[in-house]
Amino acid sequence: MTMLRHVAIAVACGALLLLLSYRLDLYRDLQFAEVAAEVGAVAGLTVLIGISGQISIGHGAFMAIGSYAAALLLLHQHWNIGYVIVASGLVAAAAGGIMGIAAARLRGPYLAGATLMLAVALPSLADKYQSVFGGDQGLSVSITPPAALGATFPLQRWFVWLSCAATLVLLVLLANLVRSRIGRSWRAVRDDEIAASLAGLNVARLQILAFVVSAACAGVSGTLYAMVTTIVTPDAFTLTLSIGLLTAAVLGGLGSLLGAVWGAAILVLAPPFLQDFATSHGFSSAVSSNVPIAAYGVVLIVVMLVFPAGIQGGLRRLLGPAAPVAAAPFSALRRHAPAREEKEEGTV
Amino acid sequence: MNRSHRLGFVPLAGLAALALVVAACGSSSGSGKKALTASATGITAKTITIGSHQPLTGIAAPGYDEIAPASNAYFQYVNAHGGVYGRKIKYIYLNDQYNPSITVTVVNQLILKDNVFAIFNGLGTPTHLAVVKTINADHVPDLFVASGCECWNQPKTYPDTFGWQLDYVREGKILGNYVEQHFKGKKIGLFYQNDEFGLDGIKGLKYEIPAKQIVAAEPYNAAASNPSQEVGTAAAKLKAAGAQVVISFSVPAFTALLRLSELGVSYNPQNVVSDVGSDPITLEGLLNSFAKKSGSFGKSLLQGIITDGYLPSLGDTTNSWIKLFTKIHNEYIPKLPLDGNVLYGMAVAYTFVQAMFRAGRNPTRASVLAAVNGLPQAVAVAPFAYSLTDHNGITGAYMAEIKNGVLVPIGPVQVTDDTPTGAITTYSGTQPSAPASGIP
Repeated sequence: MTMLRHVAIAVACGALLLLLSYRLDLYRDLQFAEVAAEVGAVAGLTVLIGISGQISIGHGAFMAIGSYAAALLLLHQHWNIGYVIVASGLVAAAAGGIMGIAAARLRGPYLAGATLMLAVALPSLADKYQSVFGGDQGLSVSITPPAALGATFPLQRWFVWLSCAATLVLLVLLANLVRSRIGRSWRAVRDDEIAASLAGLNVARLQILAFVVSAACAGVSGTLYAMVTTIVTPDAFTLTLSIGLLTAAVLGGLGSLLGAVWGAAILVLAPPFLQDFATSHGFSSAVSSNVPIAAYGVVLIVVMLVFPAGIQGGLRRLLGPAAPVAAAPFSALRRHAPAREEKEEGTV
Repeated sequence: MNRSHRLGFVPLAGLAALALVVAACGSSSGSGKKALTASATGITAKTITIGSHQPLTGIAAPGYDEIAPASNAYFQYVNAHGGVYGRKIKYIYLNDQYNPSITVTVVNQLILKDNVFAIFNGLGTPTHLAVVKTINADHVPDLFVASGCECWNQPKTYPDTFGWQLDYVREGKILGNYVEQHFKGKKIGLFYQNDEFGLDGIKGLKYEIPAKQIVAAEPYNAAASNPSQEVGTAAAKLKAAGAQVVISFSVPAFTALLRLSELGVSYNPQNVVSDVGSDPITLEGLLNSFAKKSGSFGKSLLQGIITDGYLPSLGDTTNSWIKLFTKIHNEYIPKLPLDGNVLYGMAVAYTFVQAMFRAGRNPTRASVLAAVNGLPQAVAVAPFAYSLTDHNGITGAYMAEIKNGVLVPIGPVQVTDDTPTGAITTYSGTQPSAPASGIP
């Protein structure tokens, strides 16, 4: 029943997005495609943090893995785009599994540190193995719309369709997963690991699985991102991107898939807007190019203080009477100090 | 990218050709001027809008961030003196931080949102390589890329792209030839950026220098997370290999780091630096700021570095081009240092204005491309290579030495081609003087 409802919503959204892609000009189409591409990574991260209660400050690394896998498959194997998206998602999932094994043994700041390290270290592999990954120059990714759409079909609109379709499929799968037995188990582990294991749940396995799922989402997202931007370079997957993904997940509302959409939209659309704003107000380029990063930080602090459940939590509070999911995800971040957590839980 | 443009292009090009013929007939019969029209994307009766991607911040910014403001200063000068057939040039340059993925974003913005007529002087080899396909797919003129990579000389694959500065292969040959003649039998070390920029330069060098003479080759990555450590290691290895001459194809920040690292390991080889990484004023500032020193520290480290120049030396204050650009600098951008980057920015802007005048009163994308072929020599010391089959720019340079912070020529202007066997010859022509008006 849930599955059917999710598919119906996705089809309706798909139809709306299809119409929208014709209404926008090509530049907006391109931005739209970028937003759609990023949604997957933010959604994966929001599930990892908000539902399974683990943290990753290095999710950009999984996007990078997906991107490079896709670029290499397209360059050397010339696979069909659909297969490429699935395959690079699987490659990222495998990497997520390895990270997950480490993650299942780490808690709180140690896990944060380990994932951070991954984000910092991984891009330098591209320079180390330049003959494979193309060094700083990266690899170019070029896809063309299917001939059936006609010779004049704009590439930008094809990007929108591709990203939206893949992301909608991903969101339907995720929505079902978090409402399934696995999703419930994740929440149980998130809320109290000891209670969950007493109830017969395999905590470590569940945590690894959450990393696998989340990394797969990031991998697919990275693939789409590579196709939309037509290039994969190590510079695209800096720590700033990873922090941006985290910001987007928190801004949208941890644990909320719809929140991931808001978060991704802000992640893509805010920086150029802020930079234009800074430039048009006479800031030097040295200042204006750093404005978006500074704004991330400020907005993150403000949101955590006044809007702790993010945009989606805020909308829910405005539109609906009850907001049951809002408080729970944050206790997960404090998991390393369970004694204090119990006391705070009462006050939230 | 946008295929709908392609359909509109054929009739547009036809129309353009017709307009050219009509314009030509008009001028030959001496009749009145044709009205200015919005003859192409980015061109109105009053303006020509062009765009660029430039490193205004980041590792390549020191020095290079002056280029676009300098080009803009020259455009302002042209605009203030009648424009191009009355049209004013509007130059939008966006910051890509020398990061190819940002280059993609800003170039999409320029083409799809700002609807520029042409991409002008997009800076950087790795950055521009990320967008060259898109620009050509959209049939946007891609004029005078700010990189000497041979990649831009592919008229069949990239018909809309033209280089401008001395390409790195020719430059490598000229530098290599000098080293081979003046440091015969000495051990040579190479230091280069690990992308097409460095690799093209090394290719040219190896056409002239026997492989057995090269004792070490140390690449660096422009995006290195710890540049000073990376360059420090490179300097130590060059020293350990006993290199007596070190030839660098590096951006200014890395040239400066190399110099400081050499100092750090008490290593004093003869440094030979390619033009793009050797502007004395930029290097002096970088050396002082990296080493947290002031005064003559930077200048003293540069003394005796050998390089080449394809534009007149700023030290030659009697040169008509230097006089012209000094005047414009003092009037429009007095706060920027008058250095090689400013000279470069104005010189390439001059070339663009030259091409726009040749493209006719109502230029099209096709007519401006046609106008670049056979563009006459002006600001550069050697002629352009531009033809239907060659999209390389300047073909020669003179060898120079940095003395007291300025380039001092130490040889005649030499020209060559980009083939392994092509001879390096002394240029017999003379460089034309700058027009009195300062406008082509």
